[in-house]
Amino acid sequence: MSIRHGLLALLAERPMYGYQLRAEFETRTGSTWPLNVGQVYTTLQRLERDGLVEPADTAGTADDQTAVYQLTETGRAETEKWWSAPVTRHAPARDELAIKLALAVTLPGIDVQLVVQRQRTETMRAVQQYTRLSRQADESNDTAWLLVLDSLVFAAEAEIRWLDHVEARLARTARRPARTDAGPSGAPAPTAPSSPGRPGAATTEKSGR
Amino acid sequence: MTSIAPPRLPEPAPAGAAPPTSAPVLRMRGVTRVHGGGATQVVALRGLDLVVYPGELVAVMGPSGSGKSTLLTLAGGLDVATSGEVFVDGTALGRLSTKALAALRRRSLGYVFQDLNLVPALTAAENVALPRELDGVATRKAYREAVAALTEVGVAELADRFPDQMSGGQQQRVAIARALVGPRRLVLADEPTGALDSATSGEVMRVLRARCDAGAAGLLVTHEARHAGWADRVVFLRDGMVVDSTGEPSTPESLLDGDGGSTAGGAER
Ligand SMILES: Nc1ncnc2c1ncn2[C@@H]1O[C@H](COP(=O)(O)OP(=O)(O)OP(=O)(O)O)[C@@H](O)[C@H]1O
Ligand SMILES: [Mg+2]
Repeated sequence: MSIRHGLLALLAERPMYGYQLRAEFETRTGSTWPLNVGQVYTTLQRLERDGLVEPADTAGTADDQTAVYQLTETGRAETEKWWSAPVTRHAPARDELAIKLALAVTLPGIDVQLVVQRQRTETMRAVQQYTRLSRQADESNDTAWLLVLDSLVFAAEAEIRWLDHVEARLARTARRPARTDAGPSGAPAPTAPSSPGRPGAATTEKSGR
Repeated sequence: MTSIAPPRLPEPAPAGAAPPTSAPVLRMRGVTRVHGGGATQVVALRGLDLVVYPGELVAVMGPSGSGKSTLLTLAGGLDVATSGEVFVDGTALGRLSTKALAALRRRSLGYVFQDLNLVPALTAAENVALPRELDGVATRKAYREAVAALTEVGVAELADRFPDQMSGGQQQRVAIARALVGPRRLVLADEPTGALDSATSGEVMRVLRARCDAGAAGLLVTHEARHAGWADRVVFLRDGMVVDSTGEPSTPESLLDGDGGSTAGGAER
């Protein structure tokens, strides 16, 4: 998402100063996505250049940096267009992870199962953190913040499902006889529970007596 | 830069994990469960170690067949380990008589099964009251407790309905109420949110969490990351082994053996 539309949406409510825009943006998203003042002013300048916002005429106050901005007609139309259109998903999400795993399955000597499990654990920790934050939030006063947290949980959950899927797919592939052009031991990691992610609770100690 | 920076999150207050000095409610030590023999032999759990403290909710995740339900039935004394030991409140389940084990199950354990196991001939309230009555609680009191537990999971109005007069999700909540009724030290839940929509399962997780915050130990099997997110610790199983965990048990093994001795000689035979 671009900052542009976020600022336009806020200005549709009422004209605001740059610093107000920044503060409003941050409170409404529970300070999840910090903006710096520079980003806000640069964006406002571009929006003004494109005819989407203009300085409101404020009697008296007339400093460059302290202008109150308001939407133009075009700006209002653009904001409405933004609300009415779904957010487009151009680049495939979770790019680094997808690339990492794509490389892991093709390179020899990488324990893909281990890479997958480490990621799953890490992402699960994030879900735990979001859940703790949600539990600490106030159901009726922190709605915006809770929505942000929900979206993070959904995204993390999707990533974990995808990791499960990757693992299942690899297990299927490993069970199938290797193609002749692959080396005899060229198959990806076996399904056998090779190395545990971390020692964790499964110690090397033999069963209890 | 036109896109927004990655999310910045405040540090949540630390989870309500157990004080490291308290003795574990559940302790599984080198637990192995082998089904059958010869060519058809299945090793459902291999040498599993797991500790759950009072106040802790631990989630267990893993692919189908990885041993999650086996782990829970062993922790609940419904199945017997092939080797290794299971302690509940310091008592080795394997060394209890059938009668003593049944009493401990009724008194200390709450169990939500993957398949619900409600008694068809009993109403919701009677189903929930059953373990309390079996334990000698007077019928009226058991009924009151049952209604309180049904209220806790939001289905008080179903008290007098029979299982076949309820939806799957409603039956599920009754089963959860049955596991929570009375003072349970250890709550074991196998996919308790299976038939529930997201709002209802959120409520169920809240109730389970509250029980643990009040001092019970919880062990939750789930496929859903969002539910596991309520846990203090998430343990991942594969092929009957713990392959990873999002956190360490609150107390190191060495400390445990140190005070395990005081609780019914729990640590070693
Ligand atoms: N009574 C039994 N006899 C033989 N094998 C069994 C028995 N019970 C379980 N198993 C096997 O033990 C393994 C672990 O089963 P378990 O039910 O614990 O898996 P699970 O992780 O709960 O799976 P799911 O997510 O499908 O519920 C599986 O391979 C299963 O087939
Ligand atoms: Mg199961």
